[in-house]
Amino acid sequence: MKIRTFALPALVASIAALGLTNCKQGGGDTIKVGEFASLTGKEATFGTSSHEGTLLAIEEINAAGGVLGKQLELLTEDNQSKAGESTNAVNKLISKDGVVAILGEVASSRSFEAAPVCRDNSIPMISPASTNPSVTEVGDFIFRACFTDPFQGAALANFATGELKATQVAMLTDVKSDYSKGLAKFFKEKFLANGGTLVTELDYNGGDKEFKAQLTTIKNSNPQAVFVPGYYTDVALIARQAKDLGLNVPLFGGDGWESNVLLDIGKEAMNGHYFSTHCAADQGTPKMTAFVESYKKRFNGKTPDAMAVLGYDSAMLLADAMKRAGTTEGPKLRDAIAATKDFEGVSGKFSLNENRDAVKALVFIKIEDGQFRYTATVNP
Amino acid sequence: MDLQQTIQQLINGLGLGSIYALIALGYTMVYGVLRFINFAHSDVLMLGAFAALFLAPLVEKAFGPQSVFGAIMIIVFAAGICACIGMLIEFLAYRPLRKRPKLTVLITAIGVSLFIEFTCQNKAVFGAATRSFPKLLPEKQFHFGNLVIGSTDILVPLVTLLLLGVMWVIVQKTRVGTAMRAVSFNQQAASLMGVPVNRIISFTFGLGSALAAIAGILYSMKAPGIEPLMGVQPGLRAFIAAVVGGIGNLPGAVIGGLLIGLLETFAGGIPGLSSYRDAIAFGILILILLFKPAGLLGRATIEKV
Repeated sequence: MKIRTFALPALVASIAALGLTNCKQGGGDTIKVGEFASLTGKEATFGTSSHEGTLLAIEEINAAGGVLGKQLELLTEDNQSKAGESTNAVNKLISKDGVVAILGEVASSRSFEAAPVCRDNSIPMISPASTNPSVTEVGDFIFRACFTDPFQGAALANFATGELKATQVAMLTDVKSDYSKGLAKFFKEKFLANGGTLVTELDYNGGDKEFKAQLTTIKNSNPQAVFVPGYYTDVALIARQAKDLGLNVPLFGGDGWESNVLLDIGKEAMNGHYFSTHCAADQGTPKMTAFVESYKKRFNGKTPDAMAVLGYDSAMLLADAMKRAGTTEGPKLRDAIAATKDFEGVSGKFSLNENRDAVKALVFIKIEDGQFRYTATVNP
Repeated sequence: MDLQQTIQQLINGLGLGSIYALIALGYTMVYGVLRFINFAHSDVLMLGAFAALFLAPLVEKAFGPQSVFGAIMIIVFAAGICACIGMLIEFLAYRPLRKRPKLTVLITAIGVSLFIEFTCQNKAVFGAATRSFPKLLPEKQFHFGNLVIGSTDILVPLVTLLLLGVMWVIVQKTRVGTAMRAVSFNQQAASLMGVPVNRIISFTFGLGSALAAIAGILYSMKAPGIEPLMGVQPGLRAFIAAVVGGIGNLPGAVIGGLLIGLLETFAGGIPGLSSYRDAIAFGILILILLFKPAGLLGRATIEKV
């Protein structure tokens, strides 16, 4: 019995490996890179931004002559922001298309779904913006080009007690999202350690439209600020309904807020609120300024957000590792990515640590007059 | 929870509950005549919201921004568009199956619902991203001490009550209503007595879909972010509300809607319970089905509507 349970996966793996090598040989003179993203659905603007950033990077790499004498070919699959779809998408990319590496996804829940597939097939995966620590814990083929939630949560807690001078904070978490729950946990640890009190902790389900029930209880608990580690579509409605109920304290959250849709839907109710994110288009570094310009040129004058920058950085990181590895073989490529030190990304200079996470700075953004304004950088 | 908070939650719950009630009215109406759940109802609600989104700039040009008359025009036009869509759905998807088992129609209804949802998520139609719903009316918040009542919180229950009244008059007092009740009682006998069954069923679908459109617009006024899947969650609650109230029963749908809305709101405001709102809605459904299968106001009679 024992032999059989061992033999079966081994057989499957060897067949998969056979299939893979066949695909690679038949692949011709391009290097296939797979990408899975939420191009439609609830988090569509995240997926679209990271996809556009990735696309721009691949185009620039190819224009500069490609990698290892070959052009890169980006194959993109849409998971519709839905649970369960990412596994299918990545399975298809690996076994049918024969990609050598996977880029994606922004949302932690969906990266977490795809990661075991990549690990089991020995295909390196770089998530541009999944901040939940569990994503790279899946195995040594999984990397990320962004900071993690323990760092972001702690920075947000310090921000609450330091900048906002808020020691009485209420928290509203999306129970459907690993990202939200993770960020809430790390925020809470640090915030309590800083001497703060959580006056009330409530939940909502991502996609809800009605938050007045929770906001009424929050208002009654008299917080000095409200921590909302959610995604932009929900946060915008939360901010509007908070304003309607006369809850006039700052809301603050993490990088899940960053999207122009937040301002579209939230309108003036968003003013005076804060969030932390990976980088800001107006942060003024030369690499960022240059990136903003070429991105605008490529995508009809659209200003890039952090997800676009991270999509770009993750693709560049992969290309850089391919050059250093001199091959696209999974294990060697993995070692090269893991050895990345002082990589000059658009989002800033970063290295990958022993957990395959990027160690890098974050920025705080304040929303004023219906615009995102860069306020501060926090170094790790 | 102190008194002030309880009253505030009561206000929030009534606002939400009357939306559910309005949607449930449409479910219950179609069920009353045809004895099947039109699952596409919640998607017609979404189409109503999108119709208003596209109509708003046109109406704004003609009548100026946020005028009462303009808002009424938008609602009437959107309701008209959705009534046509509802009748079209009935004609294309349900009418050919009318003689088939009810289960076939039910499955088709789920298919129609998914078809609308995924067609609308296509980039060429609406796209999947959430869009901002325009302000149709100036909004005002009334403060009484710490209590806040929004103008939409007042508007929605009023509209629901008004439409409940209109529906009741149509069903009970008009010739077409008599015909609807006759069709619901026995389709074959009704047609033998000269009732144009197809036209009556079309009319019922049109009416139900117009209600869905109005509910969709009011829902979007409360939560101004709309996307092609926005109907799913309120649709499910309204379906539960219709069953809890006694499906086929108009006042029952309203009471069921208010009950679900209130319970959901009170649960939402209690730490630890706030993530169990769906579970609570379904828990009520199960309890009702176990102990009062005909619903709160339903009687185990054959004649309904």
